[in-house]
Amino acid sequence: MSPDLATPEGWLPVVFLGLMGLSMLLYVILDGYDLGVGMLLSRADDSDKDTMISAIGPFWDANETWLVLGVGLLLVAFPLAHGVILSALYLPVAIMLVALMLRGVAFEFRAKVRAEHKTLWNRVFFLGSLGASVAQGAMLGSYVLGFESGWAAALFALFVGACVASGYLLLGASFLIMKTSGALQLRAVRWARGSLGLTALGIAAISIATPLLSERVFAKWFSLPNFLWLAPIPVLTFALFVVAYRTLKTLPRANDALAWLPFAATVAIFTLAFSGLAYSLYPFLVVGKITIWQAASAPEALKIILVGALVVLPTIIGYTAFAYKVFWGKTQPLAYY
Amino acid sequence: MIETLVLARIQFAANITFHILFPTITIALGWVLLYFKLRFNATGDAKWMDAYKFWVKVFALSFAMGVVSGITMSFQFGTNWPGFMQTVGNIAGPLLAYEVLTAFFLEATFLGIMLFGFNRVSNRVHTLATFLVAFGTLMSSFWIIVLNSWMQTPAGFQMIDGQAHATSWMAIIFNPSMPYRLVHMLLASGLTAAFLIAGIAAFRWLRNDREATVMTQLKTGLYLAAALIPVQILVGDFHGLNTVKHQPAKIAAIEGLWHTERGAPLVLFAIPNSEKRRNDYAVEVPKLASLILTHELDGEVKGLNEFAGVHPKVGPVFWSFRVMVGVGGLMLVLSWLACWQLRRRGTLNVWMARALVVMTFSGWVATVAGWWVAEIGRQPYLVYGVLTTASAAADIPAPLLITSLAMYITLYVLLIMAYMSVVFYLARNARVAEIGATPVMPGAAFPLAASA
Repeated sequence: MSPDLATPEGWLPVVFLGLMGLSMLLYVILDGYDLGVGMLLSRADDSDKDTMISAIGPFWDANETWLVLGVGLLLVAFPLAHGVILSALYLPVAIMLVALMLRGVAFEFRAKVRAEHKTLWNRVFFLGSLGASVAQGAMLGSYVLGFESGWAAALFALFVGACVASGYLLLGASFLIMKTSGALQLRAVRWARGSLGLTALGIAAISIATPLLSERVFAKWFSLPNFLWLAPIPVLTFALFVVAYRTLKTLPRANDALAWLPFAATVAIFTLAFSGLAYSLYPFLVVGKITIWQAASAPEALKIILVGALVVLPTIIGYTAFAYKVFWGKTQPLAYY
Repeated sequence: MIETLVLARIQFAANITFHILFPTITIALGWVLLYFKLRFNATGDAKWMDAYKFWVKVFALSFAMGVVSGITMSFQFGTNWPGFMQTVGNIAGPLLAYEVLTAFFLEATFLGIMLFGFNRVSNRVHTLATFLVAFGTLMSSFWIIVLNSWMQTPAGFQMIDGQAHATSWMAIIFNPSMPYRLVHMLLASGLTAAFLIAGIAAFRWLRNDREATVMTQLKTGLYLAAALIPVQILVGDFHGLNTVKHQPAKIAAIEGLWHTERGAPLVLFAIPNSEKRRNDYAVEVPKLASLILTHELDGEVKGLNEFAGVHPKVGPVFWSFRVMVGVGGLMLVLSWLACWQLRRRGTLNVWMARALVVMTFSGWVATVAGWWVAEIGRQPYLVYGVLTTASAAADIPAPLLITSLAMYITLYVLLIMAYMSVVFYLARNARVAEIGATPVMPGAAFPLAASA
């Protein structure tokens, strides 16, 4: 099924799948915390809202760019799959785009309009974050089912939508635990605890659904010896949930000890879940239909992008690290032009 | 099918028209901000910092609008025009990828530092961040203009089994229309920003907000506009001559010239009649089109009859072009008159200021009209001579297209209204904000300015 991996036609699509996967994972984690904080706005006091926005303000724009890169790589490296996937998801994609637009402009408008309109833009910010999160989750749900139609599939997609939103809430709340202090931090701890359950349920649902729906995926996981060396993925995920749960019970501690742990655990959970799913689906871009080799662009086009990516990506990671260093530590009050 | 094609085109046109409004402002405004910042660094005069602080707000707002509307594009290439990437993806793909890699992350990351990092980094790093954001917007426009120009005048490729394969990246990047289009667009951006700055400053001036910084902004905007507009007219002419060479059908539509003629007249006004293939109610200047396009009174200009079936619809191209040129003419007259007034009297009169306020967003009108000429004028092709728009379209059910189109258009109209009203709201409150806020100087490098 797979062509010779020693030829450019063989290995280039694999490399691009890796790059695209990395962009998508980075997007989910990075914009995930932005969207989570956005959804939490509705539960925060007015005085805390500025602090929460200020915690994500310097990063959100670059975070969202990982989505542009991820979808861009899908478009340029696997044009055939881009058309099939995004056409099948036309409506949730349109909803997500509108929601992301609203969320993005609300950052600016809420800080610039007259006081009485600020409430409106805070609400837009919340709705945009919620809509984008649920739409992304629904897209994931529909994607793992291979775009099956019917009410059962739609319900499953909506359920995954709710779970992904919950996962983003967990990311956002644990990000706030790191970046804030005092009463807001205390509330963030509570928010994080509240979102653990549904997040775990969502990961469990997808982990159960994918092997049940496909014999191929079932065989990949449950044949020996695969099962043995894959076992750490679910075991570690479970352990991380336990760690997060127990830490959240004791936070905040003196000297702000371990405030970073829930966020780190959540990032690890997302990474593991993502790896597990990627392992299940590989080498398919559209479940059971289109492989990466069938959808790939010509090798010469991929090569020229790869050269650029290898030069530029380290630079991007470098200055992103610089930006995080600049804004390291607890968030300062919204000092913003 | 034809109906969904029209709907898909309208949807894409709506998205890209909305999108281009904001990069058109930010590409040039980024460099104006750098200018304000450098002037402040050199003089320590607070009026430059006040100008920076005011316009960085507009920049941030415009940038956010540009980013979110741009994301829509990267999805719609695939959903609405799958034939585009399947046919020319090997060329369009790398160009788009280079835009994301070299421009988007740079802009987005350093914008965070530019907006939020003022108290956290040194003045030097803050100036560097301002430069990198401006540089990023320039890189972004470079790659996207390369791609668009390649779609207008494709070069450096060969077709194998219905797919374009690159033969020379130098020929692809420096394709025949690229230099003209790039310069034309960068100047359009400069003019849009210049009239925006002048218009908002005039608005504040009319409200008796006449601090040093307002006059500085007014002068910056006006001098920039007056300097750029003659260059733009000249470059526009070169761009037109380039189009005569590579896309004569577009020129025939622009001129409303139905038949090939020697000594073709310049049609000032007409209602192009595509059924009878002639102009109704035409007002013409004899021989002028030939003079402009061939630089000879009796030069031959190709008419639409030579391109039966493969020329764009005449009306939209014909009218968009006249709107663009008309606004350009207004820009020339107004900016030069205002500069003349400023130099002679040291101030404006009320009518001139009002005219400038009316022209605040005139750059948008001219730029959008210009892009409509370029893009509608390329029809029926998506990639000129290589791929027709119809064969690239997806088979999306019409109801889905109508629903999403209605959603997008409602959103865009609301957002444009919100954007324009916020810009004027910021202008109304600029003085209050400046007096209210204590300027915090990075690294306390300019204690003088802080107390000013």
